Amino acid sequence: MRLNELPLHCQGIIDHVAPLTQPDPIARRLEEFGFVPGEPVTVVAYGPFGRDPMAVEIGFTRFALRQSEAARVVMQDTSRTPPAAGALDPALHTISPDSLEDA
Amino acid sequence: MTHSSPHQPRPLRVALVGNPNCGKTALFNQLTGSRQKVANYAGVTVERKAGWLITPAGRRVQILDLPGTYSLHATSPDEAVTRDVCLGVYKGEPAPDMLVNVLAATNLRLHLRFALELRQLGRPMLIVLNMVDAVRRQGLEIDVPRLQAELGVPVVTAIGIRRRGAAKLVQALDGPMPPAPTPLPEGTDLHAEVRRLMALCVRRTTDRNPRLDARLDRWVLHPVWGMLILLGLLFIMFQAVFSWAQPFMDLLQQSMDQLGAFVGTLLPEGILRSLIVDGVIAGAGTVIVFLPQILILFLWILALEESGYLPRAAFMLDRLMAAAGLSGRSFIPLLSSFACAVPGIMSTRTIQNPRDRMVTILIAPLMTCSARLPVYALLISAFVPSRTVLGLFNLHGLVLFALYAAGVLSALVVARVLKRRDTEEHPLLMELPGYRLPGLQSLSIELWQRARIFLSRVGTIILTLSVIMWALSSFPAPPEGTTGPAIDWSLAGRIGHLMQPLFSFIGFNWQICVALIPGLAAREVAVSSLATVYSVGASESDAAAQLVPLLSAQWSLATAFSLLAWYVYAPQCFSTLAVIRRETGSWRLVWISVFYLFGMAYAASFLTYHITRFFTG
Repeated sequence: MRLNELPLHCQGIIDHVAPLTQPDPIARRLEEFGFVPGEPVTVVAYGPFGRDPMAVEIGFTRFALRQSEAARVVMQDTSRTPPAAGALDPALHTISPDSLEDA
Repeated sequence: MTHSSPHQPRPLRVALVGNPNCGKTALFNQLTGSRQKVANYAGVTVERKAGWLITPAGRRVQILDLPGTYSLHATSPDEAVTRDVCLGVYKGEPAPDMLVNVLAATNLRLHLRFALELRQLGRPMLIVLNMVDAVRRQGLEIDVPRLQAELGVPVVTAIGIRRRGAAKLVQALDGPMPPAPTPLPEGTDLHAEVRRLMALCVRRTTDRNPRLDARLDRWVLHPVWGMLILLGLLFIMFQAVFSWAQPFMDLLQQSMDQLGAFVGTLLPEGILRSLIVDGVIAGAGTVIVFLPQILILFLWILALEESGYLPRAAFMLDRLMAAAGLSGRSFIPLLSSFACAVPGIMSTRTIQNPRDRMVTILIAPLMTCSARLPVYALLISAFVPSRTVLGLFNLHGLVLFALYAAGVLSALVVARVLKRRDTEEHPLLMELPGYRLPGLQSLSIELWQRARIFLSRVGTIILTLSVIMWALSSFPAPPEGTTGPAIDWSLAGRIGHLMQPLFSFIGFNWQICVALIPGLAAREVAVSSLATVYSVGASESDAAAQLVPLLSAQWSLATAFSLLAWYVYAPQCFSTLAVIRRETGSWRLVWISVFYLFGMAYAASFLTYHITRFFTG
């Protein structure tokens, strides 16, 4: 699943960012913004026209990105049972490394 | 105070660097107050802000405010400047003695990564943990000594928007220079390091509660409510400019009248008195009167910018901008162009895509700038009845809104045409910063800078033009004993008559043609020029008020509307063209702007004139 397919107000865990071109400055910027493996991300809003762009939250930071940009972010498979969303602290944001290994 | 003795050491040079929205500018304003100098970096058009601070111990510190950036991998000219100055490779800008890295404590996860990237440079560095007051409200606690120990870099806390909120930073600048940190081994995962630091140094003290940002964004980013909020804010902005400014404008007008009358009694009747009273005081006076409107507009835009709302407006409008081939990023430069196209065009530097940037620059002059307000205000009050519509809105405000809308819609069409063959991807990707109350001190410093720019324009260009206009319309004087208006004999009258055949198709009489000439240098002068041409305003500066009955008696509705349409499009401002040249380094783009804007102005006026004539007979 990709980030742009995540439903409104839902949380997912980032698997990785897939660059579209080499080099891909947008993918690089996404990583600098903290779209990195293991990071929980929540969909905050979808734009008024055609669900584009979308706003997401990582930790305490909110970002606006277009569908095409969000499609670069590959989400973890939910069937791999990540830690319960409620257990994630949006501020401290991190899942402990152990729970990542368990997954 | 600025006198330096031979024993005084060389001033310390520090650079403020940090992510966008870390509160760096407020901190800079707090540290340097009005001892600032705004210029450009050599060779590029990125704004260079530098200021002076004198510490309690008497140390002179020069502070450079670098453009905000998320990383040293620059994606825009602004970010490239920050990177090069930090690396110490910027030509003509010696490497700073120390980097002061400002971090928003409320956004530590994002900002720490950049801090670690900076730390890898191995240069003397100081970290300022800004907005520490807001962290407590987030229910978090940061262990500052621990963070300092882990980073191996001194960390001080600050509250950029509070008085004396930067005291600890000033104290640190007085102390000894921090040692350069030792970089982490090459290839360290900075994100992993951020997580480690967060786990060690940040602790939750209270249960998480829904944050203000989350609650506000539910409304502000909502597809329906968000749109209504955006439209409401823009609409209030226009109403405010038109009605709230009035009492202040009346006050200014009265003082200018009194000044004119007072000076008139001091000087003997003759050329000199006419020059001072009719040329200087009346000319500059008619324009100074608009200062309140311009300040309210700037105050509104600056407050929206500082509160964190502007990127949200860009979010709401991104799809519409995309329809015109642009991204929401172009929204902010375009909105600033409502105040003045010059800062608007300058702020296009934040647009990474060169083509997006070029198109934004080309359409920025179509955003109705504040200098057009005097002309709109005059014509609207002369030709549109002041009526309340739907018991809520003033008809004047509605017409003004329509004029603004015409500019915006045309801009979207032009952008669409310019971008029709373009298939590249245009990134939007941006941070939606946390909401915050704009700091009063910072707002007033920024507002004062705008006021100064406006007043210095009044003092230079506008004053000069007023005097030239006065001379053109006073000389040569009509021969003794002639009847009819004196202006007919003057140079201005002759130039106007020469231009008139071309402009008669769009309903302009020769008086308008005369007023268009000085309007080329500064749009707002057109009002005082009309006053001079119609020989009103002698010894009084409320020319606009006197012009209203005159114009409504002499011009047809079609002529007035045609002139309004002309003003929506015409590129009548040399400073805009000059800034386009400076920002793009190309004369070609300047000529394209001139021709397409004049073309549109003529076409729009032609249509407006003939359609209005058709309906009014």
